Amino acid sequence: MSFIIDVNGLTKQFGELTAVDGLSFSVAKGHVYGFLGQNGAGKSTTIRMLLTLIRPTAGSISILGQELTHHRKAILQQVGAIIEKPDLYTYLTALENIGILSRLSGVRLSKADLLQHLERVGLGERAASKVKTFSQGMKQRLGIACALAHNPQLLILDEPTNGLDPQGIADVRNLILQLSREEGKTVFVSSHLLSEIEVVADSMLIIDRGKKVAEGKVAELLHPSETLVLLDTADNAATKTLLAQTQWQHFLQEAAEGILLQMHRDEVPALNRFLVENGVAVFSLRAKHSLEDYFLSLTTPNQHVAAYTD
Amino acid sequence: MWQLTRIELYKIFKKPRTYIAFAAIGLIILLIQLAMYADGETYLEFMLQNINAAFDIEGKKLNGFFVFYLILHTLLVHVPLLICLVAGDAVAGEAAMGTLRLLVAKPISRTRLLLSKFIASSIYTLLLLTFMAVLGLLGSVALFGVSDLMVQKSDMFILLDKSDVLWRYAAAYGFAALSMMTVASLAFLFSVFADNAIGPIIGAMSVVIVATILTTMDIPVFNALKPFLFTNHMLNWKGFFDRPVDVREVLKSALVLLAHIVLFVSLAIAFFRKKDVLS
Repeated sequence: MSFIIDVNGLTKQFGELTAVDGLSFSVAKGHVYGFLGQNGAGKSTTIRMLLTLIRPTAGSISILGQELTHHRKAILQQVGAIIEKPDLYTYLTALENIGILSRLSGVRLSKADLLQHLERVGLGERAASKVKTFSQGMKQRLGIACALAHNPQLLILDEPTNGLDPQGIADVRNLILQLSREEGKTVFVSSHLLSEIEVVADSMLIIDRGKKVAEGKVAELLHPSETLVLLDTADNAATKTLLAQTQWQHFLQEAAEGILLQMHRDEVPALNRFLVENGVAVFSLRAKHSLEDYFLSLTTPNQHVAAYTD
Repeated sequence: MWQLTRIELYKIFKKPRTYIAFAAIGLIILLIQLAMYADGETYLEFMLQNINAAFDIEGKKLNGFFVFYLILHTLLVHVPLLICLVAGDAVAGEAAMGTLRLLVAKPISRTRLLLSKFIASSIYTLLLLTFMAVLGLLGSVALFGVSDLMVQKSDMFILLDKSDVLWRYAAAYGFAALSMMTVASLAFLFSVFADNAIGPIIGAMSVVIVATILTTMDIPVFNALKPFLFTNHMLNWKGFFDRPVDVREVLKSALVLLAHIVLFVSLAIAFFRKKDVLS
């Protein structure tokens, strides 16, 4: 499988604070890849590193098969992005904004082409209006039009449905799906809401406090019959290494309270047997919540630990 | 690079703030011209009161060249403050608006991006000076006519033949452009460090004001500093109205200003290349 984004050991420190901690993930071509985490989890910092706004402290980023720092210009010509809010030149019109931003991406489009891009996001009739007269939702749609104007292969959308009304949210979702399914574009979309990612993404990555919590296909990660198991042993690091060789490797995380695994409830006795046979000293093994509950707990402050250690 | 600079100029001239400086300069020039038209002779009498008893200066002393010199003398102290409005906004304004991250995520090197912004700020500065020169010189000549120019120095008056004046104004314009670009580059440097436009505008203005005060105060402890203060060299456009012109002194000041521009812009680029864009 060819990967459009390949990130390895990405780390960013701001003084004492580690905003992103050893993050590794790969995004397959043509996929919609969800990037989930609560506010402050490190999503925007990661996205800013993908777009060269921030220099990583450590780690490597390859986009479209090329190393980002050495092939920045060639890569960014193929990338369209919305970074956090769709801030645009408010004293210019929608048409002037999209014209300037597409030219900065190296593409000179005719007025008719620019208008077509605006019509695609429902702003054709407001092309001559100054952006300062736009609502947040209209700015968001204009931001998407600007990100698409130079026909990039990869779209990086940071919280693209922020500030949109329900109809606007549905429109953006449909647009993302259309771009992926019909035009073969790869879309990297971040959100703090599982429900947003669930409906559009093929695969997803979940981060919490800068670290990867889970990565995989959405359908597999959110399998409703599966349970989250919290395991505490005498040597959790060694146990994790041992489990990485088993069928439970697809969701295996070391948390502060022990090791988190996802598996079918019927598999829990087999896990117990495996651990005993391999001489692992088990202090506790608890099957409590579904993975979805865990993700939801991540997006609900103060319930973070309680949700899976109760 | 020209494409980028054109985009930057387009953005500058679409902002209402850009025209504040043109309006202010236009207003000041008109006020000075009107004041001179209404009461210029009294002003001249006052200026010449010490030498009128000893000398009899013939000819039209209140002429277009004299009024324009007066305008330059008044305005070139204050124009830097107006230039800071645009140069200080160049990067910090984009950061405040949130558009800096859009620019930096485009396939353009940060050095080219910053240079295009500096070139655009410099073109704005030159246009402002040209506006001042055209309105000031043409307006004054139209109102007061042309005659020999009388320039007051600290300890003497210099009379310049009217045929010997225009090249001096052209040279003074070039020197003033260098002075103003020095201020623009200082505001530009501050702009790279800030995430809002007010900070660099006030910061650059403060440096210009403090350095100008140090330049004008005749106190021994400050005198040692003067050769290193760019504000001390900025006013040397007046050197073109000496007879003979001290070319060495004027050239030295021009080189000091140029060195400041190179230093400020290089520092801005060096910092911006490594800056994490968090705005």
